[in-house]
Amino acid sequence: MQFGIFSVSDITRDPVADRTPSEAERIDGIVQIANKAEEVGLDVFAIGEHHNPPFFSSAPTTLLAHIAATTKRLVLTTATTLITTNDPVRIAEEYAMLQHLSKGRMDLMIGRGNTAPVYPWFGQDIRQGLPLALEGYNLLHRLWREDVIDWEGKFRTPLQGFTSIPRPLDDVPPFVWHGSIRSPEIAEQAAFYGNGFFANNIFWPKEHYQRLIAFYRKRFAHYGHGTPEQAIVGLGGQAYIAKNSQDAKREFRPYFNEAPVYGNGPSLEDFTDMTPLTVGSPQEVIDKTLTFRESFGDYQRQLFLVDHAGLPLKTVLDQLELLGGEVVPVLRREIAARQAPGTPEAPTHASLVKAKYGDQPPRQPRPNANRGDNVTGGSPYQDTDPRLQANLPPMFPATAQEEK
Amino acid sequence: MTDETFRLALVNAGTGDPSSTALLGSRFAESLAAIASARGKAIAVSTVNLRELASDITTAITSQLTSPNLAKATDTLRQADGIVAAAPVYKAGPSGLFTSFFHVLDNDLLIGKPVVLAATAGTARHALVTDTEMRSMFAYLRTLIAPTSLFAAPEDWGDTALSMRIDRAARELMLLMESGFARRVKDESWGSYQHEFGSAGGTEIGIDLETDLMRLAAGGPAR
Repeated sequence: MQFGIFSVSDITRDPVADRTPSEAERIDGIVQIANKAEEVGLDVFAIGEHHNPPFFSSAPTTLLAHIAATTKRLVLTTATTLITTNDPVRIAEEYAMLQHLSKGRMDLMIGRGNTAPVYPWFGQDIRQGLPLALEGYNLLHRLWREDVIDWEGKFRTPLQGFTSIPRPLDDVPPFVWHGSIRSPEIAEQAAFYGNGFFANNIFWPKEHYQRLIAFYRKRFAHYGHGTPEQAIVGLGGQAYIAKNSQDAKREFRPYFNEAPVYGNGPSLEDFTDMTPLTVGSPQEVIDKTLTFRESFGDYQRQLFLVDHAGLPLKTVLDQLELLGGEVVPVLRREIAARQAPGTPEAPTHASLVKAKYGDQPPRQPRPNANRGDNVTGGSPYQDTDPRLQANLPPMFPATAQEEK
Repeated sequence: MTDETFRLALVNAGTGDPSSTALLGSRFAESLAAIASARGKAIAVSTVNLRELASDITTAITSQLTSPNLAKATDTLRQADGIVAAAPVYKAGPSGLFTSFFHVLDNDLLIGKPVVLAATAGTARHALVTDTEMRSMFAYLRTLIAPTSLFAAPEDWGDTALSMRIDRAARELMLLMESGFARRVKDESWGSYQHEFGSAGGTEIGIDLETDLMRLAAGGPAR
């Protein structure tokens, strides 16, 4: 079981200090937060994607590549990468590059995004959000698995004889999680491909997530990837931890009361009763987190939201000390003792390489020579199957004739 | 003669105690019980007092979070055979508490349910609020609205005509409930309405795998 943190990258006024951090401060801070996560023994760091203030994370692979260079063990991922407004080709390229630079210490969570104006800014229509997401991943899946693809869809210009570079590290695509809070279609897609399913588990009543996750597990088995219990499930959650419950509530309440999304709404007490938020002692966070597997079954990844709502950097770093020092070690022990035998771990690059190649060395694609027109012709790599012929667009008359 | 019991949900948006809105709702429920009894039937009344749900309703609007009490009220409406929805009139419309409550319900929770609309106001000049303001929202919710709406200004409480209208509306609701319309719509035509996964108060959990989107999810072409 993996434990980690996810950030939505909000830049929120600290209501106690009455001060809003600058973009520069938050960006410096998130790098320190990620490094701290590794230092305190957490496994995963995830960053969101936004394209408007008051958020800073518009270029997640740049941030994650930097963090990859300053860490050794941490798995870097997203929460989420927008599969609707990013070109799947750019996702394939950028995240394959990140995979190489991080030596496989990454995966990817894709989601639709719920900020309506972002869609038109990138030439898309939010009313088509669901088919965009589904078609986009269908394309991404092929781009990472086929050296050369011919593709035609509804939302993007067709691809003929296209090769996404670089090929994934060791020719093993990054593991993909599909994040969704309401759409059975997304759960179906995750199940169809045998990918992971992530429920942010923050707002809605747990019954809603239970229904979606149960559907995903059933369909994962239906498509032959294993038993329902072997499906790969990730959950979000949020906590504010202090040595004792009273201090936690006293310290967090002003941040809660003015937090984006739920601030100025329900009371802290009601919200902690109704949602996975815990504000309390390490033991209270442990107890609440242990209920998640009772609700959703044994799962593979638990991410906590810790750096939001204007909490100052020092507080967030202290939170990570408590999370990594006092909460997660107990959770690892308790969950290992309770987990059903045979519960799989979240796939990693190493496990996926092993699954694909066994003890054989992984494929390392080497391109054929540049023909002089900056492409390699019908056969991009030295070991490309010679029966595979790229159907390049007829930009060059010579190419069009060769095909005849 | 049967001893069939019909469930009436009384939604009361009155906030005072005593409240003329609550009084209008309970007068309606008494009349309905008398009519049912004369037909060898019974009425079980469940009252949803929106005053008690006020902060749950605003939380649902601002934070998309359904409290246990709001979920219970949703269940009451979902299970009801008929509804009387009673609101005080503020500024020429039903109170915001009343409309907000119906705003946070699932669009498909009340399809085909017989509803009697009721309102109270400080002046007879608001008399058409039930028909011009409230009826449209219940039409959007696809409810079956009884022909007679109830309205009571202060002077109506001293006029027997109000009782006559209450009895008339109660009989309309009785007949609509007896028709089994909502159940038959659900049995015969449920799929022709828009639903979301988990809607209809958490009961809409059937997933149609034979849609274009589901085929796209499983690697098929976009249409």
